Amino acid sequence: MTNTMKIAALALAAGFIALPFNASAQTAPKSADPAIVDAYVKATFGKAPPEWQERIVPDETLKTCNAFHNNVPSKEADAIVKRELAKVVYPADGKFLGDWKEGRKVANNGRGGQFSDKPDTVSGGNCYACHQLEKSEVSFGTLGPSLTNYGKDRKFAPDEVKAAFTKIYDSQAVFACSSMPRFGANKVLSEQQIKDLVALLFDPESPVNK
Amino acid sequence: MKQAVIRSAIALAMMMCASSTVVRAQDASEKEIERYREMISDPMSNPGYLAVDRGELLWKEKRGTKDVSLEGCDLGLGAGKLEGAYAKLPRYFKDTDKVMDLEQRLLWCMTNLQGLDTKDVIARRFSGPGKASDMEDLVAYVANKSNGMKIDVPLSHPKEQEMAAVGEALFFRRGGVNDFSCSTCHAEEGKRIRLQGLPDLSKPGKQAQETMGGWPTYRVSQGALRTMQHRLWDCYRQQRWPVPEYASDALTALTVFLQKQAAGAEINVPSIKR
Repeated sequence: MTNTMKIAALALAAGFIALPFNASAQTAPKSADPAIVDAYVKATFGKAPPEWQERIVPDETLKTCNAFHNNVPSKEADAIVKRELAKVVYPADGKFLGDWKEGRKVANNGRGGQFSDKPDTVSGGNCYACHQLEKSEVSFGTLGPSLTNYGKDRKFAPDEVKAAFTKIYDSQAVFACSSMPRFGANKVLSEQQIKDLVALLFDPESPVNK
Repeated sequence: MKQAVIRSAIALAMMMCASSTVVRAQDASEKEIERYREMISDPMSNPGYLAVDRGELLWKEKRGTKDVSLEGCDLGLGAGKLEGAYAKLPRYFKDTDKVMDLEQRLLWCMTNLQGLDTKDVIARRFSGPGKASDMEDLVAYVANKSNGMKIDVPLSHPKEQEMAAVGEALFFRRGGVNDFSCSTCHAEEGKRIRLQGLPDLSKPGKQAQETMGGWPTYRVSQGALRTMQHRLWDCYRQQRWPVPEYASDALTALTVFLQKQAAGAEINVPSIKR
C-alpha cells in the first residue's frame, strides 16, 4: 500500500505541476541513427497515401521533443514556445467564448483523424479521454490535470480566457513538448470549436463551473 | 500489481475529486471494472483456447505447392521446435539475415517451406465476423507452447540491437494530427484514458511484464483472439498515424523494444482481456 500511495502521490504531483507526461524518463536517451529510424518508418508506413505520410514527418518542434523524450532543456523549450506562439491565430472579432453546450459535444467526441474514420468526419477534441471536466461525468481520463471548476477557480478573468484559447489552439505555445495535441495549429479543431471549448471552461453556466 | 495500479488510480481519482459523491461513484465504477476483469480471466472459459486448437491443426496441415506442414519451420530453436520459441521472439535469423517476429517468420515459412501463396493469409491477418484468421490461430498455438517460460529476447546480434534502439525511438516518436506517440499514453504509471487503465511501458519492469506476458490475448470486446501485430495496428489507428503495413519492420522493432522492457515476464497465453 505504501508503494501504491507513493505512485498515486507522484502521479498527482506530476499532474499539478503539469510536466510533460513522461517526465519520469530522466536518463539521456541513447538515440538510434535518425536515418535508420526513418528507413523503418518508410518500411511500415511507406504505402500510405502521401498526405498521410506527411503527417508523421516531425516538424522542428517535434524533432526536438522526440530527441529529448519531451524533457527539453530550457533553451530549446523557449525556442519551441516562441515558434508555436507565432502559429496561434486569435479570433478576428476578439471574442473567445462560444457555446458551452456545443463545447461539451466537442469534449465528448473522440472521432476524427483515425484511418478507420471516413475522411469527412468532423474531429472532436476528446477532452474527457485525459481530463476531468463536469463533475457528473465519471468516465474521465487522468493523463491531464482535472479541469473541474476551471473558470470559477480563475475568477473568469479575461486574461485566463485568452490563455485557455491559446492552450487549446497550440498547447506548446504555453508548454514546450506538452503531450496535448496542438488542436488549432494542426487544424484538428476549428476556431469555433475551440471557442465552444473555452466556453465550456469559462461560462459561469457551464456544468464545469457548477 | 494490476490491483495496485487500479488502487492507485482510485486513490488518484479520490484525491482529485472535490466532491464525495463523485468519489463514491468513481469508486463504484472502478470496483465494477475490477469485478468484470476477475470474471473474464478464467482460463477454463477462455475462447482463446479454441484458437490454440485450430492453430495446431493448421501447423500440422500439409499445404502449398510443396504439400508439407509447418512442422519443418524453424522458429529459432531448430526445425519444428515449439517449446520456448515464442519466449525468444523476435530474433535474428541467419537464413534471412533479418530480425523477425513470429508472424513474419510464419509467413516466411509458408512461402519458402510450404510454397504457399500468402496473399489470402495476409488478407485474413485479422479475423472478423465469418472470417477466420490462420495467423491469429497459429500465433495462439505457437505462443501457448511457451507458457510458464520467461520472455528472453536475444539482443546479442547487431541487428537485434538495432531493432531495440529503433523500437525505443519509435516508442517516443510523435506524429499524426494529434502529435501522439506510444509514450503519450504509456510513459507514466497509474494513468487512464476515460476509465481504461494504461500500462507504463517506457521502463523495464512489472507493468511491461504483465502486458507482454499476456499477448496474444482473447479480446472480449472484439470476440477474437488478437496478436501483438493487431494491438500495434490498433494503437497506431488511435494515434492518428497511417495504416501500418502488416508484419513490417517498424512493428517488429517496437515489439523487440517492448519484449526487452518485459524481460523475465512469465508467459501465460492466450490471456483474456476486455
